[in-house]
Amino acid sequence: MRQEGILRHATARILGLVPTMLVLITIAFFLIRVAPGGPFDSEKILPPEILANLEAQYHLDEPLLQQYFRYLGQIVSGDFGPSFHYLDQSVNELIWRGFPVSATLGGLAMLLAFFAGILIGVTAALRQNSAMDYSVMGVAMLGISVPNFVIAPLLILGLAIYGGWLPAGGWDWSWQRMVLPVVTLALPVIAYIARLTRGSMIEVLHSNYIRTARAKGLPERTVLLRHALKPALLPVISYMGPATAALITGSVVVERIYNIPGLGSFFVQGAMNRDYTLVLGIVVFYGLAIIVLNFIVDLLYAWLDPRIRYDEAP
Amino acid sequence: MNTEAERRPADASVEDVFAAALAEKDERGRSLWIDAWHRLLKNRAAVVSGAIMLLMLLAVLFGPMVAPWAADFTDWDHTSSPPSLETGHWFGTDAVGRDILVRTLEGGRISLLVGLVATLVSLAIGVTYGAVSGYYGGLTDRVMMRAVDIVYALPFMFLVILLMVVFGRNIILIFVAIGAVNWLDMARIVRGQTLSLKNTEFVEAARACGVSHQAIIRRHIIPNLLGVVMVYMTLTIPQVILVESFLSFLGLGVQEPMSSWGALVADGAQDMESAPWTLIFPAAFLTVTLYCFNYIGDGMRDALDPKDRL
Repeated sequence: MRQEGILRHATARILGLVPTMLVLITIAFFLIRVAPGGPFDSEKILPPEILANLEAQYHLDEPLLQQYFRYLGQIVSGDFGPSFHYLDQSVNELIWRGFPVSATLGGLAMLLAFFAGILIGVTAALRQNSAMDYSVMGVAMLGISVPNFVIAPLLILGLAIYGGWLPAGGWDWSWQRMVLPVVTLALPVIAYIARLTRGSMIEVLHSNYIRTARAKGLPERTVLLRHALKPALLPVISYMGPATAALITGSVVVERIYNIPGLGSFFVQGAMNRDYTLVLGIVVFYGLAIIVLNFIVDLLYAWLDPRIRYDEAP
Repeated sequence: MNTEAERRPADASVEDVFAAALAEKDERGRSLWIDAWHRLLKNRAAVVSGAIMLLMLLAVLFGPMVAPWAADFTDWDHTSSPPSLETGHWFGTDAVGRDILVRTLEGGRISLLVGLVATLVSLAIGVTYGAVSGYYGGLTDRVMMRAVDIVYALPFMFLVILLMVVFGRNIILIFVAIGAVNWLDMARIVRGQTLSLKNTEFVEAARACGVSHQAIIRRHIIPNLLGVVMVYMTLTIPQVILVESFLSFLGLGVQEPMSSWGALVADGAQDMESAPWTLIFPAAFLTVTLYCFNYIGDGMRDALDPKDRL
């Protein structure tokens, strides 16, 4: 029954993806098309015949609505079209070039944030209202308040320029070059997860069944790891969705500062170059990624929390 | 209310009873606020943050007026000079000799202004939307909330970046874009509150008296949402400031000669090797502001609703 409920819920959610993606594509498509200045505006003025040819090549001479439906059709078949700026490459190629880099960064940052955040949160919760608790949470608040683009230059200044321990930027898949961007990306998420974990852990530790477990004489370790941690992590799990979105957004700035050839860099570059198809492609890709990850988090949550029921169709 | 009415002499007119009930309700309403205020004053972090923000606000408003330099004045004798009391540039100067202190204060005006105005925009949209959706309920509610769900799932930062690229950097547009992004949470919170408010006795009484739906929303629902709205507003301001500085950092926000903390941090990050003070001071101002707003918001949430903690 429960399995069935989750399955039905999953189907409903997948169907719910369609309108969201449609709205996203529509907004992004028309927003870009009303932009002044075309993709082929460059310093050297092209002869009108060549320009007309180029526009015909990319179907820019068709009515807007026809272009829109053509684009929708393309996306359904998984083709984001050719890039307007990088003339001999398709958007798919560019996305698949940037994505592994961004995904590695984001994945590592997520892992770091998850473990460090929970560790800090639990530590603070166990010593609630101590000096240690206050200072840890004060630092966590700092992590939430200081934006990525402030942390990054400060880290570069301290660890790369003055210290000389780590490279200041660039990308070659070596761990040295990953440390700073991953830490920069993870810090705000660590802080948030730490606060969430602390709050829910304190609540759980005051609950009756923990008192029962302790009264039974179970060792403190077992009480914490077996009984308290799992329910305390539920809010953290549900935060993973927004955290993913935060990491993806943050990666735009982080990739730019550390000069990393990921999707975020391509996006900003594309926006500056008016590379319509590339920008559209990345927005759609990101949108899909965020929605799908949210969906996975949702299922994970349902699986972890037996109180959640999806028996009623939404 | 019942006992109150029973204690009254039988000949008291209906108006008197109503007036008394209203007065009583007014009193209770006020004491809730006073209660919350006392709780807030006990929260040391929030009080200190509030004091710092007040100082910051005064400095940003009046600092540039009393400063010996204009923000765009270039002091050719002291370009890229480090902070020093002798030159009069307490925070140092940037590569073209502009005073960092004055620039930071002027940038603060823009950052705080954006934070405030965009928050108000999102507040106006969110409260109206949420109150209408929650109050009318039924199909209206379902359609309106489904729309919010759809919009909620969009990767907004990217749409805002697109918007800035397409329409050029324009401060009004920044207000609108950020405000338009941030109303969703507000709408959801307000809707939830409205759902529980609309079944209370005083709303029922108003409806029984023949008060129109619009008036009920305006006079009875929205005033009772104030607490939640204020808390949420305080927490939205730093978010908005963050978004603006994020855009400015990418070079998509405010334009020269105007400046904001985000833009100054971006400039400073360029020169940080030779002149770290151009980065550190604006970054510190931005950070302190965000930090304080977060603490004030937390304190207000705890004060107004002690149960609902993060």
